[in-house]
Amino acid sequence: MADPMRIRAQVAGDKATVRVLMAHEMESGQRKDAAGKLVPAWHIAEVTATHNGKPVLTAEWGPAVSKNPFLQFVVKGAKAGDKIAVTWKDNKGDTRTDEATAS
Amino acid sequence: MQTRRKTLKQSAVVAGLLAASGMFPQYAFAAFNKAAFDAKTLPEVLKALGAGAPVESKDVTIGGPDIAENGAVVPLTASTSLPGAKQMLILVEKNPSALIAVFNVTDSVEANFATRAKMGQSSDVYAVAIMADGKVLFAKKEVKVTLGGCGG
Repeated sequence: MADPMRIRAQVAGDKATVRVLMAHEMESGQRKDAAGKLVPAWHIAEVTATHNGKPVLTAEWGPAVSKNPFLQFVVKGAKAGDKIAVTWKDNKGDTRTDEATAS
Repeated sequence: MQTRRKTLKQSAVVAGLLAASGMFPQYAFAAFNKAAFDAKTLPEVLKALGAGAPVESKDVTIGGPDIAENGAVVPLTASTSLPGAKQMLILVEKNPSALIAVFNVTDSVEANFATRAKMGQSSDVYAVAIMADGKVLFAKKEVKVTLGGCGG
């Protein structure tokens, strides 16, 4: 199982700015190992975010997103105490969900 | 276009069920638009996503450094002030595959995203907004990279 994400949701007015730091290798599929063989791509392919259980954002990522990816987005109509959950799935089928409370 | 999106969604549901049952893990990403992420140029990406011809627009903004010291971590932002954006795309023109990320915008989030990308070399970066009415708007910016982040 992958390491936990760090999620922070900050409320300003009726919006919450959500910042997520995921722990993932994000291998691009372009690099070669010591033997000269291509290292196969291993990256987060799908990201979904929910606000109090309601899906608000889905994203598809390619291998060109940086290692340990950062994501920032703004949820409308969020208040302090709301639950923001983020899920990612990588191209090997591994998945992880973490939740944070907006403040 | 709408039906294609629906089809993709449905296949995602099916693939999710298959993945949940532990079968066919290699098909778990039917929804992942491989063609778009394999495409080399902006027109090819838009074609793979079924979008029309892009128009440069002041209402779409791309943010990033003028000079990136480390191509492995280039902070990029894409946003639009226009209502009705359906998808936001971030692209790097000279990467092995141009498309970095696709964000599917809903009513509950603002069309304003930030992430970090790998860049192989100095290149133009694009923010593309695909609007609900089918218009495709883009903004571009040049980012100079002093140390590439794609090779090893």
